[in-house]
Amino acid sequence: MTQAFDHIEAQLRRRHRKTRLLKALSMGALGLAGLFLVLFFTDMLIKGLPAFKQAQIQVEVDYSEQASQLPLAAVSEAVRPLVSRGYLRLIPSRMRDDPALQGTTRSEWVLADGQVDQYLKGHHSKLSDRHRAVVDRLRAEGRVELRFNTRFFTSGDSRMPELAGIASAAMGTVLTLMVTLAVAFPIGVMTAIYLEEFAPDNRITQLVEININNLAAIPSILYGLLGLAIFINFFGVPRSSPLVGGLTLALMTLPVIIISTRTALRSVPDSIRHAGFGVGCSRWQVVRDHVLPLAMPGIMTGAIIGLAQAMGETAPLIIIGMVAFIPDIGGSITEAATVMPAQIFTWAGEPDRAFIEKTSGGILVLLAVLITMNATAVVLRRRFERRW
Amino acid sequence: MSRTFKNRAFKTTVLAAAVISAVGVAQARDQVRIVGSSTVYPFASYVAEEFGAITDYPTPVIESTGSGGGLRLFCNGVGEDTPDISNASRRMKPSEFERCAENGVTDITEAFIGYDGIAFAQSGANPAMEVTREQLFLALAAKVPVEGELVDNPYSRWSEIDASLPDREIAVYGPPTTSGTRDAFEELVMEAASEAMDAYGGEGFTDIRTDGAYIDAGENDNLIVQRLAENTDAFGIFGYSFLEENADTLIGSSIDGVEPTPDAIGSGEYPVSRSLFFYVKNQHTDEVPAMYEYANTFMSEQMIGELGYLKGIGLIPAPEEMREKARQAVADHESIELADLK
Repeated sequence: MTQAFDHIEAQLRRRHRKTRLLKALSMGALGLAGLFLVLFFTDMLIKGLPAFKQAQIQVEVDYSEQASQLPLAAVSEAVRPLVSRGYLRLIPSRMRDDPALQGTTRSEWVLADGQVDQYLKGHHSKLSDRHRAVVDRLRAEGRVELRFNTRFFTSGDSRMPELAGIASAAMGTVLTLMVTLAVAFPIGVMTAIYLEEFAPDNRITQLVEININNLAAIPSILYGLLGLAIFINFFGVPRSSPLVGGLTLALMTLPVIIISTRTALRSVPDSIRHAGFGVGCSRWQVVRDHVLPLAMPGIMTGAIIGLAQAMGETAPLIIIGMVAFIPDIGGSITEAATVMPAQIFTWAGEPDRAFIEKTSGGILVLLAVLITMNATAVVLRRRFERRW
Repeated sequence: MSRTFKNRAFKTTVLAAAVISAVGVAQARDQVRIVGSSTVYPFASYVAEEFGAITDYPTPVIESTGSGGGLRLFCNGVGEDTPDISNASRRMKPSEFERCAENGVTDITEAFIGYDGIAFAQSGANPAMEVTREQLFLALAAKVPVEGELVDNPYSRWSEIDASLPDREIAVYGPPTTSGTRDAFEELVMEAASEAMDAYGGEGFTDIRTDGAYIDAGENDNLIVQRLAENTDAFGIFGYSFLEENADTLIGSSIDGVEPTPDAIGSGEYPVSRSLFFYVKNQHTDEVPAMYEYANTFMSEQMIGELGYLKGIGLIPAPEEMREKARQAVADHESIELADLK
C-alpha cells in the first residue's frame, strides 16, 4: 500500500515540477519580449526626443535692397553660417510679398543651421571651432536656444535636417488610408456577409475561404508587384499617388477585414436570426437591422487593426514609387506622395548624421499613432462587444 | 426613408470623387518626375528642393531606385507616365541605350555633374592602411592565381597577401550586386587589377568571393558605417560622402598611394572615383516645361561649382573646363549617340 502511495507521490511531484517549469519558461519568454520592447523604446526615446527641439537663433535681419537679390546679405557675416539656408532663401520672396519690410532692420528669432542644432545637443557637428565659440557666446547671451520644433509637424521632407518634417508623409498616409478604407471596408464587409449569411456550403465557397486565408499570409511585397502590374501599367493610375498606394494596400487589408467580419458575424447567435425570421423578416432585414449592428464592434476592430497594419507597410510602396522625396504637402489622391514609414526609411539612408534623430523622431510619432489606433480598437471591443 | 437617401447621397459623392480624380489623371504634368541612383539622390533632392522653393513649379518627385532600376523605368517609353530624368552613378550602358531606342526614347541628353569617390574605410581605432588595387583584388576575388593556376581564394588574413598589411581577418562590408557602387568597384578595382595580371589573359575578372569574407551589407551605406564601429577589424566599401560625414569615427585607406581626398578624387588621381550623371528625356521638353528649368538649375555653378552647395554635401566638383562643357551640352539639349557610350 505504502509503495503505491510513494509511487503516486513521486508522480505528483514530477507533474508539479513540470508545471512549475512551464510557468517559469513562459514567464521568461514574456520577460524577454518585454526586455526587448523596453530596450527598443529607450533607444528610440533617447535618439528621437531631441528631434522635437530645434535650435533657434536671434539675429539682426537687414531687409536691404541688396538682400532682395542676394539673401545672404541680409545677415552679418559673423553669424551667416549659423543661420539656416532654408530661412535665408525665402527672404527675397517675403520682401516681394510684404513691401513694408523693405529697408528695415529687425531683430528676429530665426531657424539655426542644422550643425548649430547638433552642436547644442552635444552630437557630432561639423561646426568649426571659431563658430562653436560664437555659438557659445550667443548662448550665454540668451540669443541661441532650443525651442519646441513645430516645423517637424508642419513641413515636409527636406535635404536640410533643420527643415525636415513629417507633415507631407503624414498627409500622404491619411490620403492613402482613406482610399484603402473606402475600397477595402465595403468590399470586405460585403464579401463576409455573403460568405457568412447567404453562401451555400459547397466546394466553391470552401475554395474561396481557403484562398482568403491564404491571401492574409502572403508577403506584402507581392501586393506591390500586383499593384504595379494592374493599377499602374494596366489602368494607368499615376505612379507614387495615394490612389495607387491606397488601392494596393486595400488588396492587402481585404483578407484581414473579411476574416474579422466573418468572425464577428459568426459570434452573433443564431437565436437572433431565428427570432427575426420568426416574425417574418426577410434575410436582408435580419442582416441589416440585427446581425450587422450587433457585429459592428467586431467589424470595426478588425478594420482598425487592418488599417494599422497597412499604415506600417513600406515594402509594397517601394515598388509603386511611394518611397520618394516629397517636400510639398499634397492634398489630392493623384499627386505624388509618400507615407510615414517610407519617410523613416528615406531618412535612415541619409548620410547627414543630423537625420538620425529625425529617423527616431519619426518612429516615435508613428508608434504613437499606431498605439492610439490599436487602443481604439481595444476600447471599441470592450465597450460595445456583447457576450452571449 | 431618409436613411436610404443619406446612404445614396454618400455613395454618389464617393463615385463622383472617384470620377473627378480619374479626370485629373489625364491632365498635363508640371511636376518633373525623376528616378535613379541612390548615390545621386542626395544631390538631386537638394537641387529639387531648392528648385521647388525658389520657382513657381512644384518640387520634382525623386525616387531612389538605383542606377539600373532608374534607367529601366526611364527607357520604358515616352509619355506622361514615364520618368523625365534618370540619375545614374555610372554611364548609361549601350544595352540600355538600345532598349531606350526600341521603346521610342531616342532623344536623350547626358548631364555630367561631377565625381564621387568610393572609399575603402575602417574604424578609426586602427592605424591607417595603405593598400593597392592588386591587394584589394587578391583579398576579394572569387578566384586568384597561385603559382600560375587559378584557384578558389585561399586568403583569410590580410597579412597572407602581403607582409605590409595588418594581421587581421579579411572581412569587408560592401554593397549588393544591384548597387551602382558595387558596379563601379568591380570595374575600377577588380577589372583594372585583373587586366594587369597574366593569369587572366588580359581579361577583366570581376567575380567577388562568396565564402563570407565579403559581406553583402545592403543598399544603405549607413548600415555599413555602423557595422564598422562595432567590428573594428572589418573594412567597408561605400560612397565618399559617408566617409566625410563620419570622419570622426572612420579612416579611409589610401589606394595605390593616394588618400581619398576631394582634390584627389576630382583630379582622377584617386583611382576609385566615378562620374555621376543624369539623363534627360528630350521628347518631354514641351509637355514638361519644368524639366529643363530643373536641369539647368542643377548644372549651374551655384550647385555643381567649386563653391556650390552640392560640394557641401559631398559632391566632388569636376574641373572648371569640364563643368563648362557639361553645362553647355545641357543648355543645347545635345543628344547622345550609341557611339558615345562605348
